Amino acid sequence: MTDFFADFIDAVKTVPLIRYALLAGIVSSLTFGVVGSLVVVRQIGYVASAIAHSILGGIGASVYYSRVYDLPWLTPMLGAIAAALLSVAVIGWATLKFKEREDTIIGAIWAAGMAAGLLFLHYAPGKAVNLESFIFGNILLTSKSDVIATLILGVIVMSLVALFYHKLVAVSFDEEFAGLRGVSSKAYYFLLLTLTALSVVLMVRVAGLILSQALLILPAATASRFSRSLWAIMAGAVVITALANTAGLALSYQYDIPTGPFIVFLAVVFYALSFLLRRKRA
Amino acid sequence: MSEPTPCTQRLNPPDPAGAPHPPHLLECRGLSFAYGRSRVLEDVSFAVHRGESLCVIGPNGGGKSTLAKLVLGLLEPTAGQLTVLGKSPREARTALGYVPQAMRFDPQFPIAALDIVLMGRLNHLKVGAFSKKCREVARAALDEVGLSGYERRPFSDLSGGERQRVMVARALACEPEILLLDEPTANIDLSIEAQLLETLAALRHRMTILMITHDLDLVSSIGDSVLCVNHRVHRHSLPLSGETIKEIYSSRRRLEHDRRARDQHGDPCLCDHD
Repeated sequence: MTDFFADFIDAVKTVPLIRYALLAGIVSSLTFGVVGSLVVVRQIGYVASAIAHSILGGIGASVYYSRVYDLPWLTPMLGAIAAALLSVAVIGWATLKFKEREDTIIGAIWAAGMAAGLLFLHYAPGKAVNLESFIFGNILLTSKSDVIATLILGVIVMSLVALFYHKLVAVSFDEEFAGLRGVSSKAYYFLLLTLTALSVVLMVRVAGLILSQALLILPAATASRFSRSLWAIMAGAVVITALANTAGLALSYQYDIPTGPFIVFLAVVFYALSFLLRRKRA
Repeated sequence: MSEPTPCTQRLNPPDPAGAPHPPHLLECRGLSFAYGRSRVLEDVSFAVHRGESLCVIGPNGGGKSTLAKLVLGLLEPTAGQLTVLGKSPREARTALGYVPQAMRFDPQFPIAALDIVLMGRLNHLKVGAFSKKCREVARAALDEVGLSGYERRPFSDLSGGERQRVMVARALACEPEILLLDEPTANIDLSIEAQLLETLAALRHRMTILMITHDLDLVSSIGDSVLCVNHRVHRHSLPLSGETIKEIYSSRRRLEHDRRARDQHGDPCLCDHD
């Protein structure tokens, strides 16, 4: 066991790849724990999932246009952010406007994003794109600039939540009353969707676009089984995400397991364990 | 357009005899509302005076909740006029303390009682944390509903009656001129309800109350007068006679009948227990 830790710590010290992956995992768990908790209490996991999948459209488009028009600044990350924000705009508008068709519309955006992404990637000139790293994530491809980008995005997300915490909670608990006290539920719904989208973009690097939504929701759902205060759920979710990321990285490094899926698998295990360990409620 | 019904049937006038009549806090003139082609309220006129406790009763589907939504400015009347404190309901929103049914909320939502009450202060919050003053007001509101010491108690741990009292405290934290309650005793245990009743009975002496309810116990202990809403409105004095109650609550069948008649002949439905 000590060998195991020594090996991993050694790897963190000597292999920049592992170091950046570890840092990105820990930094992004702050964002994920906090935003994931809001997504869980607001019960919009399905929307988060749709945003995550539609990101492929932005990734595909950015790869295609950067190659066709030689635009080196147009990175997949930038495309992912643009696609995520576009999905937020469309999903937000559609769910507020056509409430009764909500699930159909969300499903359509989910599919449209993925289909567009696959088409763009198919027709992109040059060598074939490694689709797998987008779909399943590859935390080991994390660079120093990714860690910095993750940190910046994390700071933005955390500041927004800190500034608007009470209003976000109020519209999640009672939209109508918050509206009567001058808090625009629509504006804060969009804010929450935007925070979700930015977090999902962060996590796609770690867990890929299929599994990232699980990593957003499961730690918060696990924490919510042990606590009845949103602050505590957020803190718990941050710790659980960081634990899953770190343990997942260490174990996958040691035993040569695909990292992203294994991290998500650990999150699922923690969630399952919460049913066994769940505190008895009065 | 008809004149607002004068409050001649009040049992407990707040002012001594001969004092100038207090201004109407809420005034409704010829108010109508329809969801598409389905008319819910027709030519409704009434007024609520400062200090009055008015209970709104009537059969389901008669327009009680619609009336509350109009007062809150969540719906716009299709015809007529509604003023709250002389302003449009939308402008007067912050002067209203609204108490929805506590059962509407996710009982597992991770939130403490004080944080719910603080929502009544949201219009005083720009960003960040609530001010000290807001927290004091919220604590005092919890005190007033008999829940001091409950500040950190999670919503999920509270009984139905306690949850409803937290909702009342939240409305009080708005420092309202009018307290508007929507069926506060619906789905609440009878024994717990006594505490809620006590809270409301105490509040009635210091503010204007407009309460939608099916609970005739509540009507008799809180209400000064009763407004029966069934497409149209009619004021009753208290105590209600058994005959009146029967008429009010047996009107549903006639209501359906009138709806059909109206659909066929375009004949507007009248308040039928008059």
